[in-house]
Amino acid sequence: MAALAFASTGGRYVAAAYAVFLVLVLIWVAIMASKIARTERELTELNDLADKRPAP
Amino acid sequence: MYGKGLRTLSIATVLVMGAAATLTFFYAPLDADQGVIQKIFYLHVPLAIVALCGFIAGGVFAIQQLRTGGREWDMRSYVAIHLSLVLAVGALITGSIWARASWGHWWEWNEPVLVSFLIVFLLYCCYQPLRFSISDPERQARYASVFAVAAGAFVPINFAAVRMATAHVHPRVFGTTTGGMPTRMWETFLVALLGMALLFITLWKTELTAKSSREQLNRLRRRLAPETDEAAPPLAGHEAEQPPTEPVPAH
Repeated sequence: MAALAFASTGGRYVAAAYAVFLVLVLIWVAIMASKIARTERELTELNDLADKRPAP
Repeated sequence: MYGKGLRTLSIATVLVMGAAATLTFFYAPLDADQGVIQKIFYLHVPLAIVALCGFIAGGVFAIQQLRTGGREWDMRSYVAIHLSLVLAVGALITGSIWARASWGHWWEWNEPVLVSFLIVFLLYCCYQPLRFSISDPERQARYASVFAVAAGAFVPINFAAVRMATAHVHPRVFGTTTGGMPTRMWETFLVALLGMALLFITLWKTELTAKSSREQLNRLRRRLAPETDEAAPPLAGHEAEQPPTEPVPAH
């Protein structure tokens, strides 16, 4: 019954609406992932820099 | 400090969002009038409500920023408004999809609910250009806060005005105590609303954690390599950097 309802035109609209939401969340996750990756890369650089500094 | 409790919050969000999806498709009855397209309601309305509440929250944080001058309040306000804009985009798109399925066209210019939400959305679209057109961090925070307070006050006024409008093409959710819905639909809607609110808080805390980490990283960079200060990238969210809390050691 539910499967039949979703095979209809209305069901495709529902699927489209939920897909839009999923895409928005995924875009947000991708942007956050890139920011965290950049932070990690810069932390690695700073760690290397700290290793090269003479001990106080 | 923003990362505290984030793991528990994320798990709760996933569980409630999963429960909301299950209830939507396996528990809530099919609407006798609209059929399956009414299922969009459980996504579209929570998106719109949480987006509007996020705009108001942004205004409340901005009041705190103006009162205390603390930049952490400005960052909270900025992230709340930024996330609310994303949810508002989702509300507009899902609403248009529902309108197309239900009314046969994507938009209805004579409907006050739709047009007023679009006005609120466009108003907040001006927030980021205004914010990033000011380079001085103090002025940026102050002007952005004033905007957030004024626009945040506009949201409930706008909501009340729309409720009093006479045209009623768009369905009213809160027409009665149970929204005029059967109990199972109402329960599903409340779970979906809770899930969306939790998602908003989780994303808000995650983004604040990321921004806080970047800020601390930039401070550390300046302490370790003060000669590269000029080349240091700005804070996440394009905010200007705060001065280091400790004096920069001389080399």
